[in-house]
Amino acid sequence: MSELVVENLTLSFGGIKAIDDVSFSVEPGEIYAIIGPNGAGKSTIFNAISRIYTPEAGAIRFRGEDLLKRRPHQVVDLGLARTFQNIELFENATVLDNLLVGRSARIRSTWLAEWFFTPEVRREEYAHRRKVEEILDLLDMQAHRHELVRDLPYGARKNVELARALCAEPKLLLLDEPASGLNPEETTDMSFWLKDIKEELGVTVVMVEHDMNLVRRLADRCMALGNGQVMAVGTVAEVQGDATVQAAYLGSAAA
Amino acid sequence: MQVLFKTHYDQDIDHLAIRGERFRILAAVGLALAAPLLIDSYFVGELAIFLVYILAGLGLMVLIGFSGQVSFGHSAFLGIGAYAHSVLLGQGVPFLISLPAAALLAGLVGAALGRASSKMHGFYMAIATLAFAIVVETILGEWTDVTGGHMGLEVPPMTIFGVDLGEPWQQYYVILAVVLFCIWGLANLMRAPKGRMMIAVRDSETSARSLGVDIARVKIAAFFVSAMLTGLAGGLMAHLLFYISPETFGVNESLKLLLMVIVGGVGTITGAIFGAVFVTVLPVAIAFLRELLPTSLADMAGLEQFLFGGIIALFIIFEPEGLYGRWRKLRLFIETYPYYKRATFVRQKRYLKTGRFK
Repeated sequence: MSELVVENLTLSFGGIKAIDDVSFSVEPGEIYAIIGPNGAGKSTIFNAISRIYTPEAGAIRFRGEDLLKRRPHQVVDLGLARTFQNIELFENATVLDNLLVGRSARIRSTWLAEWFFTPEVRREEYAHRRKVEEILDLLDMQAHRHELVRDLPYGARKNVELARALCAEPKLLLLDEPASGLNPEETTDMSFWLKDIKEELGVTVVMVEHDMNLVRRLADRCMALGNGQVMAVGTVAEVQGDATVQAAYLGSAAA
Repeated sequence: MQVLFKTHYDQDIDHLAIRGERFRILAAVGLALAAPLLIDSYFVGELAIFLVYILAGLGLMVLIGFSGQVSFGHSAFLGIGAYAHSVLLGQGVPFLISLPAAALLAGLVGAALGRASSKMHGFYMAIATLAFAIVVETILGEWTDVTGGHMGLEVPPMTIFGVDLGEPWQQYYVILAVVLFCIWGLANLMRAPKGRMMIAVRDSETSARSLGVDIARVKIAAFFVSAMLTGLAGGLMAHLLFYISPETFGVNESLKLLLMVIVGGVGTITGAIFGAVFVTVLPVAIAFLRELLPTSLADMAGLEQFLFGGIIALFIIFEPEGLYGRWRKLRLFIETYPYYKRATFVRQKRYLKTGRFK
């Protein structure tokens, strides 16, 4: 069974159709890339999946569960975490605290218990911190653990966002431009990490990305969007060879 | 400067993991405990007022500093706490039940206000809370049967288990115990998941939501905790005032609490304490200033409000991190002398933020 199924999704802002009848499905354990020119509707699809936007028509199912029936904060319970295109971190908190917020969906303690900080709360806290440490090690971020996010350079922030999403222990990760703004070295690191995430943690990844080198290196399958519609689906090479895709990026020879 | 080599999660979790810090706090608590022995009973009363302001300021800090919501009407909760406590005491309810009940009532009203305003932001929320405070003040003034209206209400004396606690030092210890309990509880909350959720809501609602934080609930709970602490402060304050009237809990008082939080340093418990020092010292300073100024200026109405507003504006422009932030910089300067560099505290340019989905 497919991990994520999107069927006939349609969403418009005012008179503009941002996504028009888009369908695709993501298989377990694969890295699925979504490419397309600016304004094609890539991030809108992500925002629809994470329930920030509600589509007018269509269905989104994750492991058989209807996502449209869930409220935004309930999506992560199912095992679906995301990052944001322009980085949405908790600026005035440390890296460690940012990652611990990533555990929010798994918190069981009550306000009253936390006010008194009962031994039970402390035990829970140990368990969460253990998980966070694993992620810190995986992404090689121990050096930054106590720094405030607002003091970090851009590349490190990108990693914190990825790490925070991983702390939710997702089964599927939505990455909105994981490599945008990174230098070539950082992009290479990112590609290794994404490989690790896929292979070691067994997480399915859906990513929007403009860097075609990264897409070519990582993606098992790829979908090209243009003006809110699917232009092509297939391996990266197939999509790159597609005539409509080439026309959308380069303009058609006939015109 | 002591660097802690961490070998256990407890060192991240525990309060005061650094030895120097532990020593400083213990010294401060010891000094607070010994104060009535050391100083004149008039000043013990002043110190009690200072403690009550710490508590009220902590309440507002939960909202402004920790969860990023504004309230221009926190005096309302001070008023609700004070009146509820006094009325209950007047009905013969014992102190130990009446005080928590008053705090709970303030908390519930706060939660209702939080529920109503949980979808508002910035300006709109400021205006809503301000309007709320005016409504509460009016109700306190008009509901004559219960509150005594503008004539005011006499506060029954503080008695616990039949023991009359009329002396300033007795009241001081009761207040100190409540304040220490609340500081401890709040510090616990801030090192636990709920504290981090509040900070998440403050810094980015969008991503907090995507990580599973129920924003509306966190906001309502933050309003509850905030109003409860301020209500508790109101109940205690009533005893120090002996006589309460609606005007005591007007907009001016809200401004004072706001001043405390901003001048003290937004976002830290210590900030609220620094702010309380400032707010308690300020009236004395203003009185002193009046003597120095020419009479035409000194007698001008609104001099106090003008100074309050001016000071808030100056702090926001020149030291957004407040007195506590200044203090931290000073300490780092001494600890790292001569290697201190100003750049340590210069904020990085902010990067683009995703268009907020508000």
